[in-house]
Amino acid sequence: MFPKWLGGYRAARYLSCVNIEAYPQRELNALLPQRFQNWFALRGWAPRPHQFELLARAQAGHSVLLIAPTGAGKTLAGFLPTLVDLEARPKRRPGGAHRGIHTLYISPLKALAVDIERNLGKPVSEMGLPVAMETRTGDTPAHKRQRQKLVPPDILMTTPEQLALLIAGSDAQRFFADLRYVVLDELHSLVTSKRGHLLALGLARLRSLVPGLQAIGLSATVSDPDELRRWLVSQNPPGNMADLITVSGGAKPEITILDSDEHVPWSGHSARYAVPEIYEAVKKHRTTLLFVNTRSQAEFLFQELWRVNDDNLPIALHHGSLDVSQRRRVEKAMETNSLRAIVATSTLDLGIDWGDVDLVIHVGAPKGASRLAQRIGRSNHRMDEPSRAILIPANRFEVLECRAALEANYLGAQDTPPLVDGALDVLAQHVLGSACGAPFNADLLYDEIRSAASYINLDRHTFDRVIDFVATGGYALRGYERYARIRLTKEGLWRVSHPRVAQQYRLNVGTIIEVPALNVRYVRQGRGAVGRGGPTLGKIEEAFLETLVPGDTFLFAGKVLRFEGIRENECFVSNAPGRDAKVPYYGGGKFPLSTYLAGEVRAMLADPDRWKRLPDQVADWLRMQADKSALPRREDLLVETFARGERHYMVAYPFEGRLAHQTLGMLLTRRLERAGAGPLGFVATDYALAIWALGDMGHMFQRRQLPLAELFDEDMLGDDLEAWLADSWMLKRTFRACALISGLIEKRHPGQEKSGRQVTVSADLIYDVLRAHEPDHILLQATRTDAAAGLLDVRRLAEMLSRIRGRIMHKHLERISPLAVPIMLEVGKEPVYGAASDSLLLEAADLIEEAMGE
Amino acid sequence: MRTAARTQSEAIVIAGERVVCDPRGVLYMPDMELLVVSDLHLEKGSSLARRGSLLPPYDTAATLQRLQAVIADYAPRRVVSLGDSFHDGEGAARLPEIFRSRLEVLMDGRDWYWVAGNHDPQPPDGVSGRTVQEIAIGGLTFRHEPSAHPIEGEIAGHLHPCARIVQRGRSVRRRCFASDGSRVVMPAFGAYTGSLNVLDRAYHGLFSWPDFRAYMLGSSRVFAIAGALLRPG
Repeated sequence: MFPKWLGGYRAARYLSCVNIEAYPQRELNALLPQRFQNWFALRGWAPRPHQFELLARAQAGHSVLLIAPTGAGKTLAGFLPTLVDLEARPKRRPGGAHRGIHTLYISPLKALAVDIERNLGKPVSEMGLPVAMETRTGDTPAHKRQRQKLVPPDILMTTPEQLALLIAGSDAQRFFADLRYVVLDELHSLVTSKRGHLLALGLARLRSLVPGLQAIGLSATVSDPDELRRWLVSQNPPGNMADLITVSGGAKPEITILDSDEHVPWSGHSARYAVPEIYEAVKKHRTTLLFVNTRSQAEFLFQELWRVNDDNLPIALHHGSLDVSQRRRVEKAMETNSLRAIVATSTLDLGIDWGDVDLVIHVGAPKGASRLAQRIGRSNHRMDEPSRAILIPANRFEVLECRAALEANYLGAQDTPPLVDGALDVLAQHVLGSACGAPFNADLLYDEIRSAASYINLDRHTFDRVIDFVATGGYALRGYERYARIRLTKEGLWRVSHPRVAQQYRLNVGTIIEVPALNVRYVRQGRGAVGRGGPTLGKIEEAFLETLVPGDTFLFAGKVLRFEGIRENECFVSNAPGRDAKVPYYGGGKFPLSTYLAGEVRAMLADPDRWKRLPDQVADWLRMQADKSALPRREDLLVETFARGERHYMVAYPFEGRLAHQTLGMLLTRRLERAGAGPLGFVATDYALAIWALGDMGHMFQRRQLPLAELFDEDMLGDDLEAWLADSWMLKRTFRACALISGLIEKRHPGQEKSGRQVTVSADLIYDVLRAHEPDHILLQATRTDAAAGLLDVRRLAEMLSRIRGRIMHKHLERISPLAVPIMLEVGKEPVYGAASDSLLLEAADLIEEAMGE
Repeated sequence: MRTAARTQSEAIVIAGERVVCDPRGVLYMPDMELLVVSDLHLEKGSSLARRGSLLPPYDTAATLQRLQAVIADYAPRRVVSLGDSFHDGEGAARLPEIFRSRLEVLMDGRDWYWVAGNHDPQPPDGVSGRTVQEIAIGGLTFRHEPSAHPIEGEIAGHLHPCARIVQRGRSVRRRCFASDGSRVVMPAFGAYTGSLNVLDRAYHGLFSWPDFRAYMLGSSRVFAIAGALLRPG
C-alpha cells in the first residue's frame, strides 16, 4: 500500500485540475530536480499537476492558496517548494554559523504536526535530503526548545500559540532571519476562530521580520476563496491576493440517507431506532467511521452498538474528553486496521488519516453542507474512488436537513461561515507580546497590524485604546499609571516595564479557553470520595458534574458509571454495569444549523414536489401539516398559537439555529410580559421556538391587541437586547473569555487549589463592577461584539427579522399541529429559560419549611 | 428600628440574641442598634494592580456605595467591621481622598470599630474609628477568624462562606451566612471578594451539623437552606 497522504497515485490515472494552464512536460521537469524525479519514478508515481503548479508559483516568488479535497496530496504539494529549495542549498561550512528556520509549518492540532513530521520523514530520508525537521508544541520539553533556539531545524512544525511565543522572544529577529516559507495547513478551520486572529497577527509580524516571506495555505473547499487569498498576504496595499490553485473533487461521493423501516422519531437526538441498521452496515464494511455531533451522543451510540454487537466486532470510541492514553490506543489500532468501527466526535474531523476507512456514517444532522463534505472526505482517502457515506437522521426535522445537505453536497454548495473582523482581546494579547519581543513604535505596529486582512478595518482610535488597556487597564479613572505593564520611553517606544510582565505573558498566551473540567477516577462503589482510587478515565466538565448527586449514573468512556463524589479536582466514580444511565445527556449539537441549510429546509417545506424524495412517513407528516395548519413559503415565518391544558402556546418556525432562537425567545418573552400575556417559559431548537403563557396570545394577535408584526419588530434588537444582555449569563461567560485572552485575569493553572477561591476574583464580580462604573470600557465593547456573533447569534436574528417583515403567517389552531409536535416534546426535557434562579432557591427553602413545619 | 423597604431579612436567634440577616450581606442587632459588616477588602483592586493584575479600579467605590445604602437604611448607632476591612496593610494609606472622605461621612456620629483581620492587623492609616482585636457587645463576641472549636455567641468572618444547591438540574451558588444557632460566620461584603463553600474542610468542626443552615443571599430575601440540600463546589 502506498502512503495515501502523498496523494500517491499511479501515473496512468489522471485528475481533473481546474484553472491550471498545463505546463509543457519539459518545463515541469526543469522545475523538479533529478533526485526528486528519480524518487517518483522508482515508485511508479508521477507528481500531480497541482503539485507542479504550486512549485512553479512558489519559485516565482508568489504566495499560494491550494484548495483541494482530502486525498489530493496537499501536504507534499505544500512542502515541495521547501524540499526542492533545501536540496539545492549549499552545505553549511563546518564551524560556520547555524542557519535559521527555513520553513515554518503551522497546523491547528498538535497531533497533526507530529503526524506530518512522521510522514514527511520518509521521502526525505529515501531521497537522502539534507533536511532537519522538528516539532515544537506545548508538550516539547524545555531543554529541546532551548536547543531549537540555538540550533534551529530547517523545518519547524508548530501551532499558532507557539508561533506567538516565538515572535515574543527577544531573539525573534535572528531566529527567523532565514525564513522563506510559512505553510499553513487546514487553513479553512484555523481562520474562523480567535486562534486565526492570533495567527493572522503572528503572520503580519513575520512579514515585517522577513519582508520576502511567502505563505502557502492548504485548505479544504470554502465558499469564498478570495477571503483566504487576502488573508495569506499583506493587505498593504489593500486587496493583495495570494495565487489560487483549485483541485476539483475526485469521484462523486455515494451518499445515502438511511431509509429506515423503523418509525423515525418526532424529536430527540439519540437515533436509537437506527442502531440495528447501523450495525448491519458496519458488518458489511471493512472499517466504518461513525461521526456524531457531541460527546454524549458518542457515548450513547457506542453503548447501544455494543448492546447489539453479537459478533463481538472491535468497535472503539474516540472523543476529546477521554484520557490521552486511551485515545492513543484507539489511534494506534486504527492505524493498523485492527478496528471495524470507531465512534468519534470532531476530534477526528481534521486531516489526520488513519487506516482504511471505507464507510462514513453520520449520525444526527450535519448542520452544514461543507462540514458534511469534509467529514465524508475521511472515507477512502483516494480521490479517484468514490467515498461511501450514510446519513442517519435522528428525528423528522433532521430528515429534512439531511436531505438538504445531501442535495447541497451533490451540487457542491459551500456554506463555510464568512470571516469576521479580528477580536480586540486577541489584539491586546498580541500588543503585549510585541512589547515582550522588543520595544515597539505604535505607528509602525499599527501599520503592521492593519496589513493582516483580519484587522484591516481597525481604526487608530481603537488601536490606541487597546495600547492604553495593555499599559494601565485603559480605565477612565486613571489610577494605575504607576503599575503600568508597558511604558513609553523617551525615544517614543513602548517597552515592558518589568521582566515579570513578560513571564506572565508567556504563561497566558493563546486563545483557547479551557472549560473547567475534573479528572474522572475509578473507585470501588460506596467508598465515596475517600478511597485512593484506580485509573483516570478522562475529564468531564465541572458544570455537568455540579448537577449530579452521589448515586446518579451516567455514560462516560463507554461505561455506565455511578457518581460517588468530588474531592479537590477529581471526580470519583464506580462501575455500574447492567444499569441504565439515569442522568439524561445533553442532546443538542454545538454547531448551529447553517444559514444555507436552513434556507434549503424552508424551500423543501414550501415545495410539495420535493417531498417525493423524502421517506413516506416524513412526507405524510408534511401533508398532514398542510391539511391541519399550513406550511410557510420559503421566505415567510409561520407562527401557530393553540391552547393545551391550562396554558397557551405560541410556536414559531424561523429555522435559524438554536442560538438565534434562544435570543429571540428571551426578547419575545420580555415583550409578551410587557403586553400582559404572562409568559412562563420557552424552549428553542435548531428549527423552532415555543413560548407558553397564561394569556391567550393567539387571541391577542387576532384582535390586534398585540399585532404580530409589532411583536417581531426589529427594534427588539435595540433597548430590549441591551437590557437583557446586561444580566445575561451568556455575556458573563463571554466576558470571562475576553478577560482571560486579553490578559486582564490570569488562567488557572493546574495545581492551584480550589480553596483559594475566596482570594481569587471571579470574572463575574469584575464584570459587575466594570459594567456599573464604566460601561463603555473597551473590554465590554469586545465582549458585546463577541456575544452578538457567538452565543447570541444576533446577526442571524437580525437578518431573519428583516426578512420576515410583512411576511408573518399566523394560524390560530384548535389544537397542536403536526409540525409543532417535535418541539412540544422538548418541553420539560430542555432547560427552561426565563425562570430566575431565586425561584429555585425559594423551592429549596420551602422544602425545609414544609419539613420543619415552620 | 428602620428596615429596608424592598428587602426581606431573616431574623434568627444566636445565643439568645436576636439578629437580622440582611440579603445584602450585613447583620443587624436591633437591640444594640448595631450593624455588622465583614471582609470589605477595600482597595483590593489596587493591591492586585501592584502585582500586575490591572482589575477595574472601581471596587472601593462599589463597596462603599453598597455600605452607604445599608447604613442609610438602618441608621445604626454602632458599626463593627469584622476584619479584612482593607485588603492589605497599606490599603488605607492608598485610599483615594474622595473615598476617604466618603467613609468619614459614613462614620460620622457613630461608634465605629475596626476589628483587626489577617489582611489588616494594624489600625488603618489616616482613618478614624477604634481598632480592636475583638469586641463583646450584648451577649455576642465579634472577632475576625472563627474559633476552631464549637462556641456560643460568636460572630466572625474570614472564611467568605457561600453555598450551592441544585434544583431542577440547575445549580445556584450564592454567598451566605453560615450558622447553627450558636455562632455565625458572615459572608464577605467587598465587591471583589471570592467565596468558599461551607462544605469545605476549612469549616470542619465549627458547627453543630443537624442545626446548620446556610442563609443564602437572594436578590431581595434570604433563603434558609438545610445542610442536606447543600452541594460542594
